[in-house]
Amino acid sequence: MAHGARRDSPELPDFSLLKRLAKDQLVYLLEQLPGKKDLFIEADLMSPLDRIANVSTLKQHEVDKLYKVEHKPIVSTSDQLCFLIRPRIQTVKWICDVVNADKAAGKCRRYKIIFTPQKFYACETVLEEQGIFGDVTTDEWAFYLLPLDDDIISLELPEFFRDNFLAGDQRWVRTASSALHLLHSLYGPFSKFYGIGRCSKMVYDLWRKQAEKGERKAPKADIGRVFLIDRDVDFVTPLCSQVVYEGLVDDTFRIKCGCVEFGSDVTSSDKSVKVMLNSQDKVFNEIRNEHFSNVFSFLSQKARNLQTAYDKRQGMDIKQMKAFVSEELKGLKQEHRLLSLHIGASESIMKKKTKQDFQELLKTEHSLLEGFEIRESISFIEEHINRQVSMLESLRLLCLLSITENGLLPKDYRSLKAQYLQSYGVDHLLTLANLRHLGLLIEQQPGETLTVMESKVGKLVNDKTAGRLTDAFSSLAKKSNFRALSRKLNLVPKSDDEYDLRVPRDMAYIFSGAYIPLSCKLVEQVLERDGWTGLEEVTRLLNGNEFFAQESNGADLSTKNDSQRIVLVMFLGGCTFSEISALRFLGRERGYKFIVLTTAITNSSRLLEALLGNQV
Amino acid sequence: MAFITANWNPLGEAFYRKTELYDMCWNIRDGLGDSLVAAAPYGGPIALLREPHRRSPSSRPHLEIYSASGVTITSFPWKSGPVVQLGWTVSDELLCIQEDGTVLIYDLFGSFKRHFSMGQEVVQSQVLEAKVFHSPYGTGVAIITGSSRYTLATNIDDLKPRRLPEVPGLQGKPSCWVVLTQDRQTKVLLSTGPELFILDNTSCTNVCPPGLSPQAGSIVHMSVSFSYRYLALFTDTGHLWTGFSNLQEKLSVVDTKKMTTPKQMVWCRRPKSQQPSVVLMWDRLLMVVGLCNDPIQFPVEDLCVLVGELDGVRIISSTNQELLQEVPLVCQDIFKIASMAPGALLLEAHREYEKSSQKADEYLREIKEQRMLGEAVRQCVEAAGHEYDSTTQKSLLKAASFGKCFLTDFSPDQFVQTCRELRVLNAVRESGVGLPLTHTQYPHADHMTLQVLIDRLVYRQFYPLAIEICRYLKIPDYQGVSRVLKHWASCKVQQKDLSDEAIARAVCVKVGDSPGVSYSDIAAKAYECGRTELAIKLLDFEARSGEQVPLLLKMKRSQLALSKAVESGDTDLVYTVVSYLKNEMNRGDFFMTLRNQPVALSLYRQFCKLQEQDTLKDLYNQDDDHQELANYYVSASYREKRLDSRLSLLQSAVDEYNKAKNEFAAKATEDEMRLLRFQRKLDDEKGAGLLGLSLQATMEALLALGLHKQAEQLYRDFRVPDKRYWWLKLKSLAEKEEWEELEKFSKSKKSPIGYLAFVDICMKCNNKYEAKKYVSKVTPEQKVKAHLAVSDLEGAAEAAIERRNEAEMGAVLARCSTSDQLLIDRLTRARATAVKK
Repeated sequence: MAHGARRDSPELPDFSLLKRLAKDQLVYLLEQLPGKKDLFIEADLMSPLDRIANVSTLKQHEVDKLYKVEHKPIVSTSDQLCFLIRPRIQTVKWICDVVNADKAAGKCRRYKIIFTPQKFYACETVLEEQGIFGDVTTDEWAFYLLPLDDDIISLELPEFFRDNFLAGDQRWVRTASSALHLLHSLYGPFSKFYGIGRCSKMVYDLWRKQAEKGERKAPKADIGRVFLIDRDVDFVTPLCSQVVYEGLVDDTFRIKCGCVEFGSDVTSSDKSVKVMLNSQDKVFNEIRNEHFSNVFSFLSQKARNLQTAYDKRQGMDIKQMKAFVSEELKGLKQEHRLLSLHIGASESIMKKKTKQDFQELLKTEHSLLEGFEIRESISFIEEHINRQVSMLESLRLLCLLSITENGLLPKDYRSLKAQYLQSYGVDHLLTLANLRHLGLLIEQQPGETLTVMESKVGKLVNDKTAGRLTDAFSSLAKKSNFRALSRKLNLVPKSDDEYDLRVPRDMAYIFSGAYIPLSCKLVEQVLERDGWTGLEEVTRLLNGNEFFAQESNGADLSTKNDSQRIVLVMFLGGCTFSEISALRFLGRERGYKFIVLTTAITNSSRLLEALLGNQV
Repeated sequence: MAFITANWNPLGEAFYRKTELYDMCWNIRDGLGDSLVAAAPYGGPIALLREPHRRSPSSRPHLEIYSASGVTITSFPWKSGPVVQLGWTVSDELLCIQEDGTVLIYDLFGSFKRHFSMGQEVVQSQVLEAKVFHSPYGTGVAIITGSSRYTLATNIDDLKPRRLPEVPGLQGKPSCWVVLTQDRQTKVLLSTGPELFILDNTSCTNVCPPGLSPQAGSIVHMSVSFSYRYLALFTDTGHLWTGFSNLQEKLSVVDTKKMTTPKQMVWCRRPKSQQPSVVLMWDRLLMVVGLCNDPIQFPVEDLCVLVGELDGVRIISSTNQELLQEVPLVCQDIFKIASMAPGALLLEAHREYEKSSQKADEYLREIKEQRMLGEAVRQCVEAAGHEYDSTTQKSLLKAASFGKCFLTDFSPDQFVQTCRELRVLNAVRESGVGLPLTHTQYPHADHMTLQVLIDRLVYRQFYPLAIEICRYLKIPDYQGVSRVLKHWASCKVQQKDLSDEAIARAVCVKVGDSPGVSYSDIAAKAYECGRTELAIKLLDFEARSGEQVPLLLKMKRSQLALSKAVESGDTDLVYTVVSYLKNEMNRGDFFMTLRNQPVALSLYRQFCKLQEQDTLKDLYNQDDDHQELANYYVSASYREKRLDSRLSLLQSAVDEYNKAKNEFAAKATEDEMRLLRFQRKLDDEKGAGLLGLSLQATMEALLALGLHKQAEQLYRDFRVPDKRYWWLKLKSLAEKEEWEELEKFSKSKKSPIGYLAFVDICMKCNNKYEAKKYVSKVTPEQKVKAHLAVSDLEGAAEAAIERRNEAEMGAVLARCSTSDQLLIDRLTRARATAVKK
């Protein structure tokens, strides 16, 4: 890393224990069904499972064949079937179909369903309704937490976001609190809780109850403080284009469970390669948090260094050569391989991003964040929709516009929606309804902002001048929560002087210096104030639901204590790699270590895909 | 102290003593003779069923229950049928076995709990005799009926009465019988006079006790020991045979020289007994018969009741109660006259020490010389445990404590333990409490049995004492104080004379938030007693909302149950309530209930989305949620394959959107219907494969197929914005490389998207020639960009200089290479002047 970390930063706790626990429990569960068996695994559990137990481990415990759950009739010949699934009704229904088909065919097998991380009553009801409750045994694999990296732990529950925030279905809240409790019992006791959002509050309350029941443990804590935040507190940040390397890789190639598949355009061969992206990858570790504009120069520097290291060979005698080959060469080769992969990835990103007029897009985003040149931005979005550049991107820009402007003018709202439907089909009526429900894309209430006046002025004067008038007016607009928040918290740094992305001065560097992510800013402010005092206005703008609690469990509260500087930040509904990078930056600046606990890693595409209407 | 051995009676090697336990508090003028009596072991309660003083048809017997010390617990007239036998269960419940085979169960306070029957056939043949017995399986009942058949139930809590096989030649009842528990089987041993039979589940076997000569006569009384290991048989010639209950081995045969059948006969033993004995009672005589030939005889004034205990026999008379037991060896050692046992010396030493006599030192020296001081302390401690009198206990413990001072590495555990235990024992032996437990009977070491002691206090409602003991013994709250409080509260809620409010408050004050006390359990008790309002009040104190739900459902407070479930945050619980309500309520009420609980409603909706689509529709209908209903129709339309049903679903959606005043969505849906019809028409006519495409995609496809007229039609019909149409057409023409058409199109009217787009798209198709055609048409602002797009640097420079735009000049400069030196110079100069201005 280019910038030095504060020397007194505390050490992160070792989370590999979580993997071991999960693995042991899985093995135990598999052994509950002795003998050879076929294992059916829910598709989105494949990757997480792979991080816990590989195929050979499964084979050791008499798993014969592995299948992905595909909701189709099965072909297995084994007389014992084991299903490893999420507690989803569709999957349970499919299992019922499988069992009933076997019954009809007169086939006799043993069935075991392992729900992870827990089972739901509704699933068992389905088994009962379908009349196979007695034919299957069910179990729970308490696999709540998957450590993706030294400082990232994921629940791998992307559906949390849609279920909780869109459908108002709170069944995952308990899962989240159990996950928190697991960390508490292994790395706690936690001594301070900060949080904001309805769901966060519920998770905290449930955790409290669980913690009361559980036994007290020794007051030697690894993690001292916890910050809980709902995704719907800050929708702006995940909707912005990511420009930090790790985020960009995620936006471009989609990182799955800490692993990315680089296609042939990156590897410059016809094979695609799967690469684990975490701190073990020395090259990646140094560029993951860097603004993309720095990545190339860094990589080329790295390449030169590597060359020098290779060049050492010249003029070595045989003995030195032998030492070189046995000690250094392997490391160099490895580094070489990684370097070429990341260079390939960067090139590929460059290519894609210039094709789409990425700079124009970023400029529009920044205008929206700053509240300048709104008219131009709307025309840009319009053109974006009209030219069918990308279904999700258009949606993303629309949402960003709506949030930053606190809703669209009725005229714009209608026309943009109509155009969107013309471009992408009327089934997106449901998508738009969903977005409205979440407040992501809404109509301004008449008379609410000065933009109304602007629109009236706009009728008198021509388009261009209206745009400039908006700029003048928007700074006065009071009702726009984002605007107000942005001013209160100084989220948009003054853009007069050039922002040197190589030497970031604040968290805004993750968005090219244009915007400090709201979520991370809240973390910074609350930790600094040790609570919400002084942020009353901010929390009011965020619809309240903030809380602060100090646990009386005899933990050492002095800030000198290392555990007080290890902060667990739990994102309910997902967080982005950019936010993680921002928190890492904050941690280096202030001497904290942040551990990110999230229901899933998200980005703008995943967020919006979850809200598309044409899915059940 | 000197008289400690005064009540010792030698029996063979051992001594027996009678210790006074209580002067009975009761007032029974006419003795125990006429009554049916049942006294439970382990210092349990005593029940009396007394016949009325004056016999008349209207008078009824009286059932009285006393504590072991004779304190009245309850008494009431017996209104049920004639009782054959009384007995106590292991959990202090009273069994009253009636003549007709019905067994009534009462609790300690005389309230009726339940009843069961020993079988239908008993009703006719009547019970002749009955016995209540205890085994590892619980409390059992055995009866013999008028038809000389035995029926046996080994555990009244898991009632499985068994009828035993017939006994050959038995008429009426046998002369005597006992119930034995052997090899995990319950059997009956009975004597028909000359013959002895063992009766088990399947067979009836004639047996003969070894060593009992036929001359000894027939067996008229028998008794089995507390542990079921030993058996005593009394014959009509006055001989007492003792031996093992498996009838394999004899211990002894003693001639009591008494020809009459004793009234009662009970084993008197203790663990590690030197000289076990049998206590026999006649009208005026109590005889303790050991293995040797010299029995002890005590005169008795009136009839007593003998209660066999683990380590002795309690003798209850109408005035007092005594414990008859073999003197424990350690007590013998210490107190035997002129004993030289270390314990005895230590006791003596301490006594001298208290008198400040130097003899104390002599005694101590003597013990120390024998290296027996440790042993002496141990003896004193152990003996203290066995003594009933607290002064004796004290002197022994003081002696032990004194001796301990001279030992360096002596573990104090036993001493401390015994002190603690004695303190508890003395407290429960108090006449007011009346649990005369011996130290041997004291539950040792593990709390599970200590819990039984606590429970027994709790059943007797000695709550403060129970709590004191729990605290004193440091029993974890969960098993101790909390349990007591729970019982107390459950009892409290049954008090009829107090208002709901008062009880709730009292309970809350006492119980507070003690760990392990569940308010919902207490509330359940209140509900059981018919106090629903009180139950609800109590539930409010329950911190864990989840715990409240099942009871609330039971009380049919479904609304409240639902809101509590929601509060608990446990969605499984919410779902449980929801599915319960779904079955219990009619649909309308069910939906109304859900409507007030958004969390439950969302949960149910999620479920319906996956399981019951139609219910979902009803749900929206009920709520008049037209918006959601319309959305429902829209999404349903996409699952529909056939066009007409799809259209009709969309029409329903339009109607609902209109009702929801969502004109925009209604209009969009109508447009979609029009589009679908249009697509279908074209598909039919031209096989265009348009159905289901978006408007944009449709137009694109039409243009690609060269169906310009139709595309134009859509453009007009659907009021597609000019810009969109231009973009579309531009792209389509360029892709098909119809450059002439494109040019014509560009001239058809002023382009709403400007002309830079034309330049760009031509360049994209690598047609610089065509691109250049449009450069001149571009607006001045975009001129530079357009020139740059076609790589016309000079043109770009020209335009930039003309516009005197610094930024644009910079942009051009950036594109210049070294070969364009002239241009660079010109631009730099122009820029300099621009800056100056």
